[in-house]
Amino acid sequence: MRFVFKTSYVQDLGLFRDEVQRNWYVALLGGLLVLPLLVPTYLVDVSLVLIYGLAGLSLMVLAGYTGLVSLGHAAFLGIGAYAHVYFTQNLGLPWVVAVGLAAATTAVAGVLVGLPALRMTGVYLTIATLAFALIIQEIFVQWERVTGGLKGKAVDRPVIFGVPFSTDVAFYFLCVAVLMGGLWLTTNVLRSPTGRAWVAIRDSEIAAQSLGVNLAAYKTLAFAYSAALMGIAGALFAHKVGFLAPDIFSVLLSIQFLLMVVVGGLGSLHGAIFGAVFVAMLPVAISQARDSLPVWFGAAAGVFGKGAGDAVYLGVERLVKQPGLEPGIFGLILVLFILFEPLGIYGRWLKLRIFFSTFPLYKRATFKRQKAYMRSERLR
Amino acid sequence: MTFFKADGLAINFGGIRALDGVSFELEPGQVFTIIGPNGAGKTTIFNLVSRLYDPSAGTIVFRDEDITRVPAHEIARRGIARTFQNIELFEHATVLQNLLLGRHAHKRSRFVEELLFLPRVRTLELEHREAVEKVIDFLDLQPHRDSLIANLPYGVRKVVEMARALCTQPTLLLLDEPSSGLNVEETDDMAFWIQDIRTLLGITVLMVEHDMRLVSAVSDRVLALNYGRPIAVGNAREVQEHPEVVKAYLGG
Repeated sequence: MRFVFKTSYVQDLGLFRDEVQRNWYVALLGGLLVLPLLVPTYLVDVSLVLIYGLAGLSLMVLAGYTGLVSLGHAAFLGIGAYAHVYFTQNLGLPWVVAVGLAAATTAVAGVLVGLPALRMTGVYLTIATLAFALIIQEIFVQWERVTGGLKGKAVDRPVIFGVPFSTDVAFYFLCVAVLMGGLWLTTNVLRSPTGRAWVAIRDSEIAAQSLGVNLAAYKTLAFAYSAALMGIAGALFAHKVGFLAPDIFSVLLSIQFLLMVVVGGLGSLHGAIFGAVFVAMLPVAISQARDSLPVWFGAAAGVFGKGAGDAVYLGVERLVKQPGLEPGIFGLILVLFILFEPLGIYGRWLKLRIFFSTFPLYKRATFKRQKAYMRSERLR
Repeated sequence: MTFFKADGLAINFGGIRALDGVSFELEPGQVFTIIGPNGAGKTTIFNLVSRLYDPSAGTIVFRDEDITRVPAHEIARRGIARTFQNIELFEHATVLQNLLLGRHAHKRSRFVEELLFLPRVRTLELEHREAVEKVIDFLDLQPHRDSLIANLPYGVRKVVEMARALCTQPTLLLLDEPSSGLNVEETDDMAFWIQDIRTLLGITVLMVEHDMRLVSAVSDRVLALNYGRPIAVGNAREVQEHPEVVKAYLGG
């Protein structure tokens, strides 16, 4: 077990807890840099993880830190994507300017959603954002001059300062850079008074108010910042998918984003990233399993004779080729997490870390929750 | 100069008149206590002063300014801080973060500066930290600095909430039942702290309290309420012996 010895207030202001933690993150960055050499075939999927990471960051600020659960974040992603493509391809603006404008456009949309949302709390707010997402999706369909309507719109590869990012590797590094930027900005806000005010609103609006937090202003700000991040994610997403159509930005995608932050672990930036890895990689894992599971099971049953092997192969293949398997597994995992690990993957990760740092003295009771009746402990 | 004056405060909840013509005045540096049976309207007065409720009639004047219509989030900046009867701390944050939130009224950094965490934000954060550490030393909260509120026992939470209110550097502190849920020893500590807050920090205290021992120990003036109406005002002994007060508590 390692304890940080604090001798100065400055230590509490750092980006990292101590040098050891910083070194781990440097190692992680190193890992990301050599990743294209290790898994060249999956690089496109990894880029999607990074884009989803940005999206998770966005929803984490709103749902995990400010306590405003939104089911409309796919709409913000869509606004960012369409705006970015419109600015680069129809208006011919430079890439960086277009991304900035896309972020600004989504931020304005965020404020517009945020304003009426100020009077609503909890599930009513969630439903309002859901309605917003449906309206926006309809606008994507109808506003053909900008969005191309149902015919869709092809997206070029990004060209930044005259440098084309046409290969998968180049695009991957672009995503890494943008996600790192997003993480840095978000961490900065969260360690400043504004981030604390968001947490205050999440935990007790009434106390926040009497300490001088202007609820309306800070909720709107949270919406705007979250939407802006989503807008940037949308710009990258547009390049990733290469073709924009309104049905991409459906409610289902919003639910996936929400799943991401809940499964990752609400209230931690780690959670957003873990959740993104999970949500973006699960379909890849499932499609892999679809191909390899029947073979494996067939081979395993093959020791009892060829007939048994073939029968098992066909049976397992029928099972895994069932349509609707993917959403089913998603749903099952979400339910299991809510039941057994409310802190999500991040909570699991914390336990694992403490297990190894206190080994062999780890006791399960460390995380055992008492049955509690105080308001605070009913929250989660 | 008027330091604090409530004049003819009244509020209705539906057909119920929760407060009716309550007037009182605070001198700077006083400990002023409001007592009364359950439902007398004590906490309602607090909610009116901290502007969570709008009064149906009457005015509140603080430091020569009419604050009757000031928005709730402006109250802290005016120098009024409060605690809550049922503890309203930010449960999933550390003690330190809670106390730093007490500094919100003194926030001077802008959002864009915070995004980039400019040196100015760092300097301001260190200033806030200094102020918070003074309060931590004052209320002996050093061992709990980095604990999550959710992991703290009730008695400590009560102190943390008071500390958070002190971090706003108020001139008027509203304490809503500071001793509720505390044992005898903790209540004694609370009495000393309230006296220190008044004499060492020079903060005026307006308090709602049921524990008459604590009330007698620290109060300069006491106001007794019943059914939203003031029935007696004076020092602790006078109010306790007032026939109307005896009647309100014991019936008859």
